[in-house]
Amino acid sequence: MEVAQQDVLTAPEEQTVTQVSGSVALLEALLVEGVDTIFGYPGGAIMPIYDALYDYKEKLNHILVRHEQGGIHAGQGYARSSGKVGVVFATSGPGATNLVTGLADAQIDSTPLVCITGQVFAHLLGTDAFQETDVINITTPVTKWNYQVTDANEIPEAIAKAFYIASTGRPGPVLIDITKNAQIQKFDFKGYTPCKHIRSYRPKPIVRAQFVEQAAQVINEAKKPFILWGQGVLLGSAEQEFKTFVEKSGIPAAWTILGAGAIPTDHPQNVGMLGMHGNYGPNVLTNDCDVLIAIGMRFDDRVTGRLDKYAKQAKIIHLDIDPAEIDKNVQTHVAVWGDCKETLPMLTELVEAKQHTEWLAKFNEFTHQEEEAVINAELNPESGEMTMGEVVEQLNHLTNGDAVIVTDVGQHQMVGCRYAKFNNTRSNITSGGLGTMGFALPAAIGAKFGAQDKTVVAIIGDGGFQMTLQELGTIMQSGVDVKILILNNRFLGMVRQWQELFNERRYSFVDIQSPDFVQVAKGYGIAGKCIKEREELQSSLKEMLDHKGSYLLEVFVTKENNVFPMVPQGCSVSEIRLK
Amino acid sequence: MPEGKQEYNITVYTENQIGLLNRIAIIFTRRKINIDSLNTSPSEIESIHRFNIVINETEDVVRKLARQIEKQVEVLKVYYHTNADIIWQEMALYKVPADIIAEKASVERLLRENGARAVVIRKDYIVFETTGHREETDNLINVLQPFGLIEFVRSARIAIIKDSDGFNRKLREFEKREPGEDVIENEYLNQGDKVFTM
Repeated sequence: MEVAQQDVLTAPEEQTVTQVSGSVALLEALLVEGVDTIFGYPGGAIMPIYDALYDYKEKLNHILVRHEQGGIHAGQGYARSSGKVGVVFATSGPGATNLVTGLADAQIDSTPLVCITGQVFAHLLGTDAFQETDVINITTPVTKWNYQVTDANEIPEAIAKAFYIASTGRPGPVLIDITKNAQIQKFDFKGYTPCKHIRSYRPKPIVRAQFVEQAAQVINEAKKPFILWGQGVLLGSAEQEFKTFVEKSGIPAAWTILGAGAIPTDHPQNVGMLGMHGNYGPNVLTNDCDVLIAIGMRFDDRVTGRLDKYAKQAKIIHLDIDPAEIDKNVQTHVAVWGDCKETLPMLTELVEAKQHTEWLAKFNEFTHQEEEAVINAELNPESGEMTMGEVVEQLNHLTNGDAVIVTDVGQHQMVGCRYAKFNNTRSNITSGGLGTMGFALPAAIGAKFGAQDKTVVAIIGDGGFQMTLQELGTIMQSGVDVKILILNNRFLGMVRQWQELFNERRYSFVDIQSPDFVQVAKGYGIAGKCIKEREELQSSLKEMLDHKGSYLLEVFVTKENNVFPMVPQGCSVSEIRLK
Repeated sequence: MPEGKQEYNITVYTENQIGLLNRIAIIFTRRKINIDSLNTSPSEIESIHRFNIVINETEDVVRKLARQIEKQVEVLKVYYHTNADIIWQEMALYKVPADIIAEKASVERLLRENGARAVVIRKDYIVFETTGHREETDNLINVLQPFGLIEFVRSARIAIIKDSDGFNRKLREFEKREPGEDVIENEYLNQGDKVFTM
């Protein structure tokens, strides 16, 4: 084995042919792809790969998770914080089916993942063998690409394609299912060459200058242009190009929750968050602008509200790398196909330098109204129980907006995304499209491995935390430093809010009981504290952040607080409610 | 029939890959759209397969479906057309008892009128074949039913696109590392002049 590893690492031109197992070829491939961390869980059908991994412990940091769902969410967190491809190992059958939620999440949020699942021996396929599941067919709707390997000779090419497909164009999850015989089989390994081209796959459309010119003309003629940006800016590593465009054009810009952080929260042209629980101005003024410039976003229903009343007065310019997104939900006037890393500089070149001072002031007026009606009371309540918003605000004071904030799903997620300060890109990690409760804890573990120099704070509700709290075991064993901030309102808060507003307060199964989270953490050797009084908040947050290693801080917040503003389902964005 | 819906013929060129049929089929089933006819077979180019899919939908829906299909990694190209834009055929086989045909001369005349050819003639049965549009093959069922039609089968629809230069030239472009300009014709969105341009 030792010798074999040395040999396969030689340069491809020497074409040293070595007999290695499929498992070794897989791990060699991961090394060439620059993988440093794997999140996984062993089992019968992936044992040969784990056996090979035993000799790669120094080169590949394998994090043993407590559940495959935790593994894949950790992979997502890693990918989102680092910009690299997340790698996940799981065994066949239940191991693989446990990945499905994470695959769906990564698919809808365009997160690059390569998941390797073990599979029963090829000769047992279709026999209902022990731990056999039709993983390829189960995962087809939730992967960008998947492939079953039944012969070791296929491994180098399959892995090369997997990384290429996962990371290029609009990124997404890829799953490679490897039968046990292929993992064991020795074959002539000719070295590993990353994939650079697939005949049938065009990761990004060619940019056509004529559409950029048309877009620039529409923008230059606009009186009240408005930029909506999404995760595409981050995925394209086009933060700088985006900032230059925003600043030259002088146009107010608002973000989808996955786009947060592309430009800092405090940037004067950053007018806030879009969508159902977004800011007042961006929602109302969507129906007032004359040109809407959507960059790397997909007009999700949570962003648009009622489509037939969405920005009907405006000309729509849509920059996107994925041709299928153009005109999918909102009819575009000018479509600029391509990677925004390429298209934004072209557009910046052609747009006139302007300052939309009056128009920007209009956003600020709405901000002022929102502060009066919602924000001030949420962030600085003078009495009563603590609010989620004030916890996040106090956290901002301590992190200065430099932490990576990982949120779960529900009220705390909306509050977290609304009020957390983001100075840096890739610092807001949340389950946006799928809305997967239980995402935050494992994703925070992965996020820390992907951004070791950052403080990672997982903000989680009392409901979501109980969905994946077994991953405290992963924290314990790996020693990863994750700050866990549980905002406990003793309710499944978002559903309760809807039941209050739309179901006449018929609180149907939202009253959730929790264990003593601090004791649970203690059981895993993780320090923690639970607070109920405002006086303790700041010092406790500081204690959490200063603590060496992971820490769990549970904060009791007011039970029946609602997240506002809110665009009720079926309403137009301009019908947003402040209360 | 809901307003704006009509038959669309979706032509898909793909790699020959296990599981791709499922990947394409679920794009329809996810949206609860029934596939009326599906043919998949090797194209004129080695290792490239051609799907012909018929659905009854509005153009808006069909365009979005076509883009979702084209987005799949192993799909090279997708076109969609109304029936007016294509030449299409379905093939049908009819198995009828030999004695009746032998006894009744009128049946032979009916078969000739419907353009049927005998494929197999045996003592006990005869198999006829016709190709044509749905109405034509349907019509012969009605004709043969009174004479003891034993078995009937019809193929999926296959279609040739009237306004196309074929796929050979395009494929050569696909194989280049840097795709040529005209390969990316779907970028023209709806502004292309050719009917099959997405």
